[in-house]
Amino acid sequence: MTDAEPYLRLERITKSFGPFQALKDVSLEIFRGEFVCFLGPSGCGKTTLLRAIAGLDVQTSGRIEQGGRDVSDLPASARDFGIVFQSYALFPNLTVARNVGYGLESRKIPRDERTRRVADLLELVGLPDAGPKFPGQLSGGQQQRVALARALAIGPGLLLLDEPLSALDARVRQRLRTEIVRLHRRLGVTTIMVTHDQEEALTMADRIVVMNQGGIEQVGTPLTIYRHPASRFVADFIGHMNFIPALTAGPGRVRVGALELETGELDDLPPGTPVTLGVRPEDIQVRDIGGHAANVFSAHVGELEFLGGIWRAALTERSMGAGPALELRADLSSNAVRDLDVARGAELMVAVPPERIRVFVQGASP
Amino acid sequence: MTRTDLVVSAPVGIVRQKAGWDDWVMRAGLVVLGLYLAITIVLPLWSMLSKSLEDHSGAFVGLANYSAYASNPVLVRSILNSLTVAGVTTAITLALAFVYAYGLTRSRMPGRGLFRAVAMIPLLAPSLLPAISLIYLFGNQGVIRDWLMGWSVYGPIGIVMGEVFYTFPHALMILTTALAVADQRLYEAADCLGATRFRRFMTVTLPGARYGLVSAGFVVFTLVMTDFGVPKVIGGSYDVLATDVYKQVVGQQNFQMGAVVSAVLLIPAILAFAVDRIIQRRQVSQLGGRAVSFRPSAEPLRDWTLFAVCAAVALVLLAMLGMAGFASLVKFWPYNLELGLRHYSFDLMDGGGWGSYWNSLKMASWTAVIGTAVIFTGAWMIEKSRGAGPLRTACHLLAMLPMAVPGLVLGLAYIFFFNPAGNPLSFLYGTLAILVMNSIAHFYTVSHLTAVTALKQIDPEFESVSASLKIPAYTTFLRVTVPVCLPAILGISIYLFINAMTTVSGVVFLYSPDTTLASIAVLNMDDAGDIAPAAAMAMMIVYTSAAVKLIHATATGGLLRVTQRWRAR
Repeated sequence: MTDAEPYLRLERITKSFGPFQALKDVSLEIFRGEFVCFLGPSGCGKTTLLRAIAGLDVQTSGRIEQGGRDVSDLPASARDFGIVFQSYALFPNLTVARNVGYGLESRKIPRDERTRRVADLLELVGLPDAGPKFPGQLSGGQQQRVALARALAIGPGLLLLDEPLSALDARVRQRLRTEIVRLHRRLGVTTIMVTHDQEEALTMADRIVVMNQGGIEQVGTPLTIYRHPASRFVADFIGHMNFIPALTAGPGRVRVGALELETGELDDLPPGTPVTLGVRPEDIQVRDIGGHAANVFSAHVGELEFLGGIWRAALTERSMGAGPALELRADLSSNAVRDLDVARGAELMVAVPPERIRVFVQGASP
Repeated sequence: MTRTDLVVSAPVGIVRQKAGWDDWVMRAGLVVLGLYLAITIVLPLWSMLSKSLEDHSGAFVGLANYSAYASNPVLVRSILNSLTVAGVTTAITLALAFVYAYGLTRSRMPGRGLFRAVAMIPLLAPSLLPAISLIYLFGNQGVIRDWLMGWSVYGPIGIVMGEVFYTFPHALMILTTALAVADQRLYEAADCLGATRFRRFMTVTLPGARYGLVSAGFVVFTLVMTDFGVPKVIGGSYDVLATDVYKQVVGQQNFQMGAVVSAVLLIPAILAFAVDRIIQRRQVSQLGGRAVSFRPSAEPLRDWTLFAVCAAVALVLLAMLGMAGFASLVKFWPYNLELGLRHYSFDLMDGGGWGSYWNSLKMASWTAVIGTAVIFTGAWMIEKSRGAGPLRTACHLLAMLPMAVPGLVLGLAYIFFFNPAGNPLSFLYGTLAILVMNSIAHFYTVSHLTAVTALKQIDPEFESVSASLKIPAYTTFLRVTVPVCLPAILGISIYLFINAMTTVSGVVFLYSPDTTLASIAVLNMDDAGDIAPAAAMAMMIVYTSAAVKLIHATATGGLLRVTQRWRAR
């Protein structure tokens, strides 16, 4: 679904507010028809980047090219995009139909054609009967769909969504999430969504752009971002991860206290280099640990937290003797907890598959 | 264009966004607004201040006029007099208004809505009216002159009484706002900690209202310092700064000295303005988003005590108004108390007759219509235009300036600026247009702030959305912003109308024989000894203001029902 030529190309975008750098040298390519999420904590610059792409708050320096056209210095009104805000920004004094048709009115489109387009759009977002109502008479989720229809009405080449779901309650948010994705599949319009909600990004995006402190940490598919976080920040921000300080001990081996572990990835670092290991709680194995499995050790079970479908266990590995204990959080399925009689105070054999260990070189992690 | 071209041409320099058609329209609008504000506010003030540094022939003399002023004991005494009446009035008004506001916001006494309405009465009348009423109440032939126990009402006593009436609603509005926002949780905490009622009042209520008190104090003080109506009518030989300006200019044609006194009058006003700005900034943090709004519980003793005080104040306000109304109908005070409309035959008196009333109506209507359009559009451009930062800041500052300029000073400044034949705008002098301009400028700031507040409450992204939909911002302004802000817009227009109708100080230097106004007619008829007709004309102003306010309230209700259907859920 991607062309060879990127549809949107950002080159070395910076944005400063006085001494504060909101965007630091951001470059990015987005392809036609992609659904991209800008994900990051508040203040990371994701909305600033979106507004620069829209031309609402122009970047301090850098170049933006959309559909082969340099739009870097164009005002918003000369660019090609539709936008949906967290606040919806629906015109409260106009009916839903007039809101949706607002952008069509200046385009010399005949009235009946316009009416038809509006009806189609309302149908598309699942509100076929809302036309004569005022925005204030709709629920938050319905208002957001109207805003979406209004943005799509002009057939934009680029759809920008600025935290569109944040103001909604959890259930509505979930439903709207799938609907936006469905809509995107159907229309194929290149879409950028800003969000601080990792779950939203993971479920909706073709690619995620993880941002932190005005820069891009990693760009990749949800699976790549989750499985192979490029930095400790990404690993920490998306999902849960155990971070374990360690020292390299030869090719593919690290030492944690007295314990020596095998890791899948380890560049040629000289032995004794301090690194940080990252292990996701759900990657810690407790079942079917064969005799030949790597990285097997016995751990003491501390606190057990019941999270519904799973249990989160605090594990401590004590073989290290004088060194500090190795503390791990592990997600265990309810089945495993029942079958293995996992309880507070019990000892448990665990294995950490080498290919599931991420190694972060200490100096490189933020 | 090939791909390599694009990479090679990538700029590293700072990006300056091109302005769209919208942006140019807005910027042009801002420039026009800036010029308008410069012409109607800054340049007149500038010519007034430079006039105060010139002698009669127009030569620059530095501060000579000021030192002449300072060495004139009569004029200097006026400063003391002004400070005295302003100080005493402030103390009395604040005390009364605080209790009254406390009753309105912190008790469950009956009739709060009615009390609130009655307290606004003075806003409908020119400040001349309470002074005229006082003459009928306490003057030489006053109904209850014995109550003063031999003291004369002509002088500081009369001025203070009149000014308390005139300034009461201004103080009340600020104090009710200050007292209305209270955090119930603080009171509950105080109760739980076993604080006595007195202690609770001193540690919770008063600190919460302290900014309101300071702000109201400065507003009242400035109003009294710069009011001209009350001392003109009832001041007798007790000179104050405002009457000095009038005497210097109208009586002795000494414009230079008038300018000097005006400059002196600017000081308290600017001070009050500065204090108010600082307070506004601090006030913000007073009430957190999680505060629970205060709901007074029923306490019969407190409620009825407050009721008694409020009733007494309301009765006095009504009595002052009623006295003028009654006196305007009495055939020949105090000898023939038959009622009739004789005094309303204004055409038989000096002062411009009914013509001045119609002029006032015309002037107030134009002020309301043009003023609202200019001020609201201006506020929108200042708030919502993109880029052009310095221009917007400049316009905003200019819009805030009139708050610090008393009407009398602004009026005098207009003479200095528009009268000289060299000014291409001098054709405006003596027309209704200059009165409209002056009134808009005089009441600009409050209207501007109302507009800004309304604009800040609507979604900030309307303009962004219209840009993305390729709809010009001004289309969205007309189709969305104006309808959504309609209540505020109507509020601004009624504020401008009533103030233009009742103002004396702003226009007293600017009317011509063809453009006399109702409020000026009151002044001139009173000057000529025709007090009953003066009372009658003052009442006409009150009736008109009240009627317009009533029509406005009903019309607003109707209009809102029709156009604001969307507000209903």
